[in-house]
Amino acid sequence: MVEPAELPGSAGAGAGVRDVEVLVVGGGPAGLAAAAAARRGGAHVVLVEGGDDVGGQYWRHLPAERPAAAEERLHHGWSTFARLRRTLAGDPGCELFTGASVWAVEPGGGRGDLPGAGALVVRVLVAPAGQADAPARRHLALRPAALVVATGAHDLTLPFPGWDLPGVVTGGAAQAFAKSERLAVGERVVVAGAGPFLLPVASSLLATGARVLEVAEAAGPAQLARGWGAHPHRLLTGGGPGPSGARLSGVGVLAGKTRELAGYVAALAAARVPYRTATGVVAARGDGRVEEVVLARLDATWAPVPGTERVVAADALAVSHGFTPRLEVALAAGAAVAGSGAGAGFVAVDDRGATSAPGVWAAGEVTGIGGADAALVEGALAGLAAAEALGHPAGPEVDGLLRRRRVLRAFADRLAAAHAPRPGWLAQVTDDTVVCRCEEVTAGRLRSVAQATASAADAPAGSRSLRLTTRAGLGPCQGRVCGHAVDAVLGCGLPASASTGSAGSTRPPVSHQRRPLAVPVRLGELADLPPATTPTSPATSQPSSHPEPEETP
Amino acid sequence: MSARRVDPARDVARTTTGEPVTLTVDGESVTGVRGQSIAGVVMAAARSAGTGGALRRTAGAGAPRGVFCGIGVCFDCLVTVDGVRDVRACQRRAAEGAVVTTQAEPLPARVEGVEGERRG
Repeated sequence: MVEPAELPGSAGAGAGVRDVEVLVVGGGPAGLAAAAAARRGGAHVVLVEGGDDVGGQYWRHLPAERPAAAEERLHHGWSTFARLRRTLAGDPGCELFTGASVWAVEPGGGRGDLPGAGALVVRVLVAPAGQADAPARRHLALRPAALVVATGAHDLTLPFPGWDLPGVVTGGAAQAFAKSERLAVGERVVVAGAGPFLLPVASSLLATGARVLEVAEAAGPAQLARGWGAHPHRLLTGGGPGPSGARLSGVGVLAGKTRELAGYVAALAAARVPYRTATGVVAARGDGRVEEVVLARLDATWAPVPGTERVVAADALAVSHGFTPRLEVALAAGAAVAGSGAGAGFVAVDDRGATSAPGVWAAGEVTGIGGADAALVEGALAGLAAAEALGHPAGPEVDGLLRRRRVLRAFADRLAAAHAPRPGWLAQVTDDTVVCRCEEVTAGRLRSVAQATASAADAPAGSRSLRLTTRAGLGPCQGRVCGHAVDAVLGCGLPASASTGSAGSTRPPVSHQRRPLAVPVRLGELADLPPATTPTSPATSQPSSHPEPEETP
Repeated sequence: MSARRVDPARDVARTTTGEPVTLTVDGESVTGVRGQSIAGVVMAAARSAGTGGALRRTAGAGAPRGVFCGIGVCFDCLVTVDGVRDVRACQRRAAEGAVVTTQAEPLPARVEGVEGERRG
């Protein structure tokens, strides 16, 4: 993996546009595995990563200037990360750009030597090391023959009164600061939300010496049993019958996951941290920062049970109710998102990661929340498939990877069923709860506008016009944090289903995820775009074509 | 919030002490460890500085905001660094001597009569 000093434009591809073989977006487990697999297949790889180093959020680690002798104690699968990084390091066939944000994907004219190849130009801004959001970043325009999207996911946090107070952080934030800065977000921390991710969050906090007061899991026993308890033997024997009807051997595949979960549970037990199910955070209070957290028992629909509230004095609250895929690059590349079924709301892929867009593969959390083990397997499959499309046949490892993928996906579906948000959570959203954090739009405002609009017309207004009226989701984060909740409050889609309790059928539409620019770009940087960089065909030089900046407040 | 750095002497990961890095945040000097983000330095200094870890105030309600997502997607931690605004404090490494200003712009006030004059 080399840090390229300069990427020359290739002749005939338009000024400044460089043709590459396999472009991997994202340097987490899926992206690293994809890059390594594409290299095994013999393809040249360019990897772009938004952070200062590879590893993603899962292997978010200490920076080089602050090494630790036993950093592996903070991570699972650290040796896998070390091996991947070592394999790619010094490999001149893999170029790495860090601090590199993909901000647009455009039609690329095509190169004609492969179906779909060169159909897209991926525009990247590269910041100097450690200088995220610096002005005058370097422009890159890459035209990949094969694109692998491995952009991952971020926390989904359902709103409640006080979730905008300093000291309320996502579970991911608590873990990221613990791992990459050795920073405890508080001394006395409540961890709340839903899903197995709460366990590593609590574990990471304990490893900073923070006191974890309790872990509150919203799902109740019945929901947990539906997810985890149905056919429990399959947890050990695999995800169900294989394609030939033979039972898959899943013991080896899931043993690592079981060990990982057991490790977290043991850490909680050793620290005497209570783990309560059917329990949720209904408010955070304090003068300018979190001073107390209000927890309540939740019924089977996740609605708080009146009279069960208890107040816990805490100086930080880490909340995560699941994950939202980071879809910008995939959507801009033309990949379809599944509208129903187990993968609803995530990029739709086949077994080897092919999306609906020619020449575009996707892997890891962007295709469904499966954890790092699944991301590694899916990344490898996508990387091999991408290389294969360029004429580098994949070896016999594909069959084994496909078997592992099936087992891990079945496990992920269980997790989704056991912890998916249920519609009663809306009861925690009082009228004065800020739903859109950027524009400070309250639920009361959203509800009153929705009501007024509905009575003024025969058909209820779509979420788009309601968002334009209230400005919900139109601030700097462009709905990344509030999008699902805004839709749910407006009744335009519920991230929960009363009927099935499965995450699969419950994801709302992804209209708020379609963003003209994948990340914010300074106007000055757009003005500095090199001219004639968007050829519609290799032979035609176009006049300067600057994309219109996204409408921002 | 009483965020704090882990004491290297008691760290299971056996971190090194690291080199100090000093920033100015709204005119006050705060010290962290090289390699930290600006957000991390501000959070860990919150107790001594009495800031509660707030990084900016919202335009409408003037409410304090701190780190939320920690990975660069929520934009709640935007600060001005060396005169350049809208830098995500959780993504920017703390550089020695960086001048950080928290952002707090009220919404523009409605000026009575302006709309009518324009129409007239």
